[in-house]
Amino acid sequence: MIEHQAMQQHEVTMDTVRELGLLPEEFEMIKKFLGRVPNYTELSIYSVMWSEHASYKNSIKWIKTLPRKGSALLAEAGAENAGLVDIGGGYACAFKIESHNHPCAVEPYQGAATGVGGINRDIFTMGARPVAQLNSLRFGNPKLERTRWLMRGVVKGIGDYGNAFGIPVLAGEVFFDDSFNTNPLVNAMSVGIVSKDSVVSAVAKGVGNPVYIVGSATGKDGIHGATFASANITENSADDIPSIQVGDPFQEKILLEATQEVIKTGALVGMQDMGAAGIICSTSEMSEKGKHGMRIDLDKVPLRQTNMEAWEILLSESQERMLMVVKKGRERDVEEILNKWDIGYAVIGNVTSGDSLEFYYHNELAAKVPASSLVLGGGAPVYDREYSEPEYYKEFKKFNMNQIPEPADLVEVARFLTAHPNIASKRWVYQQYDTMIGTGNMTTNFPSDAGVFNLKELNKALAMTVDCNSRYVKADPEVGTMIAVAEAARNIVCSGATPLAITDCMNFGNPYNPEVYWQFVKAIKGMAKACKKFDTPVTGGNVSFYNQSSINGREEAVYPTPTIGMIGMLENKNHHTTLAFEEKGHMIFLIGKSRNDIASSEYLYSYHGIKQSPAPFFDLDEEFAIQQALLDLIARNLVQSAHDVSDGGLFIALLESAMPRNLGFDITTDAEIRTDAFLFGESQGRIVVSVSPSRETHFIDYMVEHGIPFTALGHVTKSEIRIDDVSFGFVADLKQLYDTALEKIMA
Amino acid sequence: MKFGVVIFPGSNCDRDTIYVLREVLEQEVVTLWHKETDFDADVDAVILPGGFSYGDYLRSGALARFSPIMTRIAEFASNGGYVFGICNGFQILCEAELLPGALLHNASRQFVCKNVYIAPDSKIAPPTAFLPKGRVFKIPIAHGEGRYFADRETLARMRVNGQIIFRYCDETGVISELANPNGSVENIAGVCNERKNVFGMMPHPERASDDELGNTDGRLIFESIIKFIQGNG
Repeated sequence: MIEHQAMQQHEVTMDTVRELGLLPEEFEMIKKFLGRVPNYTELSIYSVMWSEHASYKNSIKWIKTLPRKGSALLAEAGAENAGLVDIGGGYACAFKIESHNHPCAVEPYQGAATGVGGINRDIFTMGARPVAQLNSLRFGNPKLERTRWLMRGVVKGIGDYGNAFGIPVLAGEVFFDDSFNTNPLVNAMSVGIVSKDSVVSAVAKGVGNPVYIVGSATGKDGIHGATFASANITENSADDIPSIQVGDPFQEKILLEATQEVIKTGALVGMQDMGAAGIICSTSEMSEKGKHGMRIDLDKVPLRQTNMEAWEILLSESQERMLMVVKKGRERDVEEILNKWDIGYAVIGNVTSGDSLEFYYHNELAAKVPASSLVLGGGAPVYDREYSEPEYYKEFKKFNMNQIPEPADLVEVARFLTAHPNIASKRWVYQQYDTMIGTGNMTTNFPSDAGVFNLKELNKALAMTVDCNSRYVKADPEVGTMIAVAEAARNIVCSGATPLAITDCMNFGNPYNPEVYWQFVKAIKGMAKACKKFDTPVTGGNVSFYNQSSINGREEAVYPTPTIGMIGMLENKNHHTTLAFEEKGHMIFLIGKSRNDIASSEYLYSYHGIKQSPAPFFDLDEEFAIQQALLDLIARNLVQSAHDVSDGGLFIALLESAMPRNLGFDITTDAEIRTDAFLFGESQGRIVVSVSPSRETHFIDYMVEHGIPFTALGHVTKSEIRIDDVSFGFVADLKQLYDTALEKIMA
Repeated sequence: MKFGVVIFPGSNCDRDTIYVLREVLEQEVVTLWHKETDFDADVDAVILPGGFSYGDYLRSGALARFSPIMTRIAEFASNGGYVFGICNGFQILCEAELLPGALLHNASRQFVCKNVYIAPDSKIAPPTAFLPKGRVFKIPIAHGEGRYFADRETLARMRVNGQIIFRYCDETGVISELANPNGSVENIAGVCNERKNVFGMMPHPERASDDELGNTDGRLIFESIIKFIQGNG
């Protein structure tokens, strides 16, 4: 019958294979799995399931080298929809970051909205209630109208979806660089909390158990979305707009509430949300995991449009849908809840023995494939890509700071950096997000380097951050990625918490380009090293390749961006530490060493226009020691504030600490170090702290006793900034510049 | 006191409101499902929480006003029952014509979430009657459609009747265009009906009630409401 169907469907030729994005050798593999030539529906199934987006075929070999074990991990990386970390008291934290770069490049509003929807579904499909969201955004030059169009759409998309869904945005980052002119990066992270006995697995088992599709009806939106995300953006990408899904946050919100209630009934065997590759992905992953098969009747799937073919129903990426396997005999318990919430559902089939997925349509067998042959870790191909060091890497290292003259007017440099879009306030962005819903955001009135969410059930708080400086990663992928992990940890530590685990979003160009793949491999190596040092296992994440545009025949990859999403635990909420100076007269210290280093700084890159330099100074052991010392200082109540030195250097760190309470500072620089490097260099491993005069002796004693490098910089003043007795103006003026710079660009 | 908190599909501040009523203010709370047509006679006050009821794809509150529970709430209000709408709840009460005026898209056409300051105007409504005198209150807003509007005659009547309960102001209490976060007419942030038993506001007092969040100005508003209702019990 399959043979017969194949005749009726589109004919499968080598052209079809190529059009669907499969390689000839992959076609051979499929024939071997099936023992025959696949029909068009089956070929479509393999094309999405074996796409880069769904199969990780070009990355999994390296991903597996990341440290993925830790005593607190409840689910091995990749085993469930998101990482699961034990946070004590019978609770676990589910968290994950995911990219939605490709859809955002052509339809920023829906692209970003559905990205938020997708990542939150990954969290609540495990039974967790999302409590916080983060996002990491990269755009091109803000002077371009395209950039502003993308940014308006992405920010509104994230806001409209997340605000209605009702989860606060606790932290994030926005970065601009010409390398993102065509391909923006939109990475969304969600963090949820679940009682350990309510965790739901994405598994199908129990022969005869009914399979439900729950939520929105299925339409033609998003077909081949996973394949679309596995190719370069070209001039013709806008033609692929039907590949982009449309989000409905209301449906998602009621799905969340209904699934939380369904879980409580105990009638659920397993649940999986439908994201990329829709029904085929959820049925195959759940079946493979449970070592069972399914018989699905596609006629029973509620459709939102007519004339859909079997492969369209299987591949549709219509949003806000879940697949549930329910215990036979408990159907009523589940249906009562879905009816209460007026959520659409249908029984579309049942669990079978064996591992075969059979899809019937119009009473005929439309496709029959072994579930295991489709998925990662099963039959999906795994490739070993070649890589080679690009020439630029050594070129960048030739940079010599002595060739850069020190500007005469450093006040002007300070003002330039304060108003630079990469440094200035991102309030134009974050004020469009609900940051306070959930009554758990502890940083609204007490700003700190990481977002901090109050876990009322546990009398603890969860710290979280997303970080990556793409410029450092471009200059040196291994060191740059170590810095991304270290900076994330530094942010967690500065807020008073202990780093717990990470999720990563790898945004790179075309993996078939050996120089791009070299960046990827080096980034993985750097991440592995740093995560081992900080004892933060990688609980899961996402790889997004093909962030590369082909414009007029020239291939341009984005700056490599391994975004790190990290969570940390504040066991004692009294240790939550602000970044803000508290009052006039407090002493300001720098923990860590100042260095003669301006490499890859915003100052060098944007003020001097020097785009080629190595990553800034970084020493993993030194960094770790400094962070441990700060945690100890916080536990001993010896610091009033802590803020890490990152983009824009020491000056910007001091300014950011001064602005919340409109205080000033008076500091002296180091005669041994060039003043521009001292103020604006971005060498790593530095933290600005303020110390009240009554604790100054204890602070110094601690630092000396433990051999931690530190410098007394000066003290907090009423309102003026003075450096080496030169006035840099009043904080109120700089704050105005800082607050409004991005708003003026976007106006 | 016994509060009834309405849950519409798409409500998303219901849990926050219930948390503050129960855990911070130690009040009794029952939830009122939107499909219900009745609720316990001993409910002292009903709160319509924030959110995006029924998705609010048409116009905020436009669908919620037709839900079954709203008939009962209108009856409750006409019998003198106390009804408080926060954010989406305020929008719904205006749509249901239990409060005067309407809430339009913000002047910026953007959703805005931040701390703002509000100053009590009329001091004879439940949310303001027992507020500490001579100060302003820092309360967060989070809305896309919060630009209060009423025509000139209505506004004049509201002023005379003491129906304007809060206006947006700056930290020092100055009511100015600069301190107006959404373009509301006369900086109006909250209003009540003529009888003073139905009231609504765009800012979220429940988000400023927990010590651990570093701002408890909102708790004062709830405390004023409780004291007022108990005094008139």
